[in-house]
Amino acid sequence: MSTDYNNILSRLCFHLKQLSSPDVVILPETDLINELAIDSVKLLSLVMEIEDEFDISVPLNVLADVQTVHELANLIYQIKSQNK
Amino acid sequence: MSLLDKLDAVAAARKALLPEGLEVFGTPIEEVYSATEARIGDRRILFLGTNNYLGLTFAPECLRAAHEAIDREGTGTTGSRMANGSYSGHRALEREFAEFYHCQSGIVFTTGYQANLAMISGLAGAGDVVLIDGDSHASVYDGCRLSGAEIIRFRHNDVSDMEKRLKRLGERSKSTLIIAEGIYSMLGDQAPLAEIVRVKNAYNSVLLLDEAHSLGVLGKTGQGLAEETGLTDGVDFITGTFSKSLGSIGGYCVSNHPQLDQLRYISRPYIFTASPSPATIASTRAALKLLRDGTELRRQLWQNSRQLYARLDGLGYRLGPQPGPVIANILDNPQQALMLWKGLLDHGIYVNLILPPAAPEGKALVRCSVSAAHTTEQMDHVGNVFAELRKSIFQ
Repeated sequence: MSTDYNNILSRLCFHLKQLSSPDVVILPETDLINELAIDSVKLLSLVMEIEDEFDISVPLNVLADVQTVHELANLIYQIKSQNK
Repeated sequence: MSLLDKLDAVAAARKALLPEGLEVFGTPIEEVYSATEARIGDRRILFLGTNNYLGLTFAPECLRAAHEAIDREGTGTTGSRMANGSYSGHRALEREFAEFYHCQSGIVFTTGYQANLAMISGLAGAGDVVLIDGDSHASVYDGCRLSGAEIIRFRHNDVSDMEKRLKRLGERSKSTLIIAEGIYSMLGDQAPLAEIVRVKNAYNSVLLLDEAHSLGVLGKTGQGLAEETGLTDGVDFITGTFSKSLGSIGGYCVSNHPQLDQLRYISRPYIFTASPSPATIASTRAALKLLRDGTELRRQLWQNSRQLYARLDGLGYRLGPQPGPVIANILDNPQQALMLWKGLLDHGIYVNLILPPAAPEGKALVRCSVSAAHTTEQMDHVGNVFAELRKSIFQ
């Protein structure tokens, strides 16, 4: 993965930190629902923040396949790469 | 987790949220006395959550038409519109909807939910884009999923956010279906239609407007937000439901695009379901006439809506952004909402309770739906009960 991916992962972790309890450690393999308790409403709000930050649109269809922090970061990376 | 374990988890989550023995969802209505009154258990209650905006469910013209249709054509069509389920009444109602909206053609569906499913999945498909408001009704979300198109959301009623997403699509904006609602069911606010139409035209997209909650409520003849704003020609497809202002069950779409009729051959929610019963069609035809001529009903509806909105606002309740027949009280958590809902029911007032994740932004709602059939005295009584509960629950 490139620096772009690492940058995306870092920014994503920053946003996730705002939604989680302070003592939670967020790693690429962290499960969004089971470990961070990000429900569907929170996830959609998070996605809108991310869309603004990276100037992309994330289709709802593909979000259903996302479970971990890495998978979400990778999805953003792929969409951003396609838009270049 | 097994299939049944998943359902057990749903049951456990509901049990954790709701007190034992309280039937918050699917509350059994034992008897219905009128458009505004019924019995729950042994208590006579005032309906304030029914979407019966014009109060037509007991209109003599509608009752008579339904009775006559049952006697003439039986209880059901037992077939789909594609097969044996297109009676003269179904076709007449489609013509009447088209005439009502001054449109080229109309289609009638079995429910309002199916109208959106059928239209969205018939218009958009794989490779297309549907651009929807974040507060869209479940029928919009489900129609989008059924379509196979790419689903992109914009922030509720934020046209600059919508335009930003259209811009990102580039040439694909031409194969994009934008979907908005005349009045949003959760907060009762209206879509900024003039701005939406302007942006839609600039990007050569197609616009579908769902007038489910605005039919009968907005516009000189009750067509909805498009008529109210003089923008009917700017909307490509208008959908709506019979189950609110028209007091029955069913859905419709009207359009000036000649391609509308082709959906009869490709849209699965239209093809693979039984058509509306003769009684439903007959009462809806009668109700549509009353709705069109219902200037006085609309005046009364708006008087009641403004009266209650102003009273609740004055009491300090946090409400949706603008007055209308859908008056949403926004609560910070489900427990508060549950106390308010139960308090109202204990005082003989039935409203709708909406808990996360159905409520926007994780909030909980206690939603009132006002009717033209409510009296000023009933609205006063409701206001007094809300005032009492404000003191006992929130202070």
